Amino acid sequence: MNSKRDTRIGIVFALPWILGFTIFMLYPVISSFYYSFTNFSVLRSPKWIGGSNYNELMHDEVFIKTLKNTLYYAIGAVPLTTVVAIGLAMLLNTKVKGMALYRTMFFLPTLVPAVALGTLFSWVFNGDYGLLNQILTKLHLPAPNWMGDPSWAKWTLVLISIWGCGQAMIIYLAGLQDVPISLYEAAELDGARIVAKTKNVTLPMLSPVIVFNVIMSIIGAMQIFALPYVMFPGGAPARSTYFFSAYLFDNAFQYQRMGYASAMGWVMFMITLVLTLIALKISERHVHYEGG
Amino acid sequence: MKLSKPKVALTHVVLVVFSVCFFMPLLWMLSTAVKPIEETLKTPPIWIPSRLQWDNFPQAIAYHKEELGYLPFLVYARNTIIVTLLAVAGAVLSNAIVAYSFARINWKGKDFFFGVTLATMMIPFPVLMVPTFSLFRYLGWVGTFRPLWVPAFFASAFSIFLLRQFYRTIPMELSEAAKIDGCSEFRIFTDVIIPLSRPALTVVALFTFMGSWNDFLGPLIYLVDQNTFTLSLGLSAYQTQHGGTPWNLLMAASCLVILPVIGVFFVAQKAFIQGIATSGLK
Repeated sequence: MNSKRDTRIGIVFALPWILGFTIFMLYPVISSFYYSFTNFSVLRSPKWIGGSNYNELMHDEVFIKTLKNTLYYAIGAVPLTTVVAIGLAMLLNTKVKGMALYRTMFFLPTLVPAVALGTLFSWVFNGDYGLLNQILTKLHLPAPNWMGDPSWAKWTLVLISIWGCGQAMIIYLAGLQDVPISLYEAAELDGARIVAKTKNVTLPMLSPVIVFNVIMSIIGAMQIFALPYVMFPGGAPARSTYFFSAYLFDNAFQYQRMGYASAMGWVMFMITLVLTLIALKISERHVHYEGG
Repeated sequence: MKLSKPKVALTHVVLVVFSVCFFMPLLWMLSTAVKPIEETLKTPPIWIPSRLQWDNFPQAIAYHKEELGYLPFLVYARNTIIVTLLAVAGAVLSNAIVAYSFARINWKGKDFFFGVTLATMMIPFPVLMVPTFSLFRYLGWVGTFRPLWVPAFFASAFSIFLLRQFYRTIPMELSEAAKIDGCSEFRIFTDVIIPLSRPALTVVALFTFMGSWNDFLGPLIYLVDQNTFTLSLGLSAYQTQHGGTPWNLLMAASCLVILPVIGVFFVAQKAFIQGIATSGLK
């Protein structure tokens, strides 16, 4: 067909995104790469300093601390939310009565803005009078100083991440509803019990959705910002909740070191990319894509 | 899967326990929002206040009115509504038309560009933060709402993907019939595709609404004066700046911030859940 005309119209229709992509993606990515080799602030125009920023990052103890904190958080939160989300989705997929009500209950918390969430949870987790510790004490369980103890503070955030698993749960539930019943029936004929059915039917059929979700939640976890910003001002206690994004933000907008912040941004980009590739590599052996 | 009776019961037990865990903090927030201050920090916790202090809401709205000379909460709410409405309008318009190009027009390089578009979802926002800020500073937009809504008019990878998936389910024959009748591509878009795509456009509007209403980092970077703050930013100022906003007022303010989002969710629940389900790259 008259593809030359189609190309022209197609490009005109896509123009907002062609511009948006160029201005808000391509240009920032390229220029932040350039900035990362410069000394640059709001007051100074960029001055080329070679690899000094990267060199300094490798010896910056605060940077290494925030990097460790962020990875620690991601390693805690991503598997936990994934397991809870899949688990809840599988329970809902048993066609229980009241499925829609449960689904709404699990989803509601994801609507709460991070700032309100932080305000609320800084109270629930308060070591002295927090709701959680009052319940734990009543059950004769240990009641740690969640927010004041550096070894518990990150776990506070990891636990709160469960609260945001509603979106992933709905995606998994939709994925589960697409699994043909005939597969389960066949498995039952072979005498498979629940565990075997989960391992041999459910998880393989769900695997493409799992890979996508895990990658998205890794990217999200690496960028955690608002919740600790509200709950733990300054990364307290003892910088145990000072994360990558917060340090980057502080460098860019508090210390006026935008070149340094850009170098951090690129390190984050590379780490995210490597983690994503690892996730894809691991999944290659396990993922089942329908229709090849 | 069909389950035996004890297993069904067990399923319900687990689901109820999780529901309680998920819902308790919200309930706690609501209960605190209507409590007198003396009852907020009691051990054991008081779930049902001795009296319902509805006055907390007007008090939260007027908090720090004297110092600032205006009702801060209402100013933040107005700012948030302006930014959110503009962002929603921009996102719906731009994504509707861009996704049409990707879904229903054949053009050279389309597939390649679509792949690049999906890949941009992997770029962490902090990488883009410094150059984007420099750009808006160069334009003199820092301290205005523009950095928060203008980009919405240039589409976004996620919404393009979502709409494209939907557009592709509409039979091509409809477009071809319209073409034979002499419709231009733009007429097909406005008169055939748009009316059929209401559910998907609703989903894009909803996601943009939530993202914009709840956004914290954007306003934190670009808004300077307190009277330009959005609700997210204002709420965090409530908590940190004055060191000791009474808990019941803080929770009352939080309730008011969440309320519109929850309201919209319940009105458009079906669209919401479908939208999230389709966004999982199924």
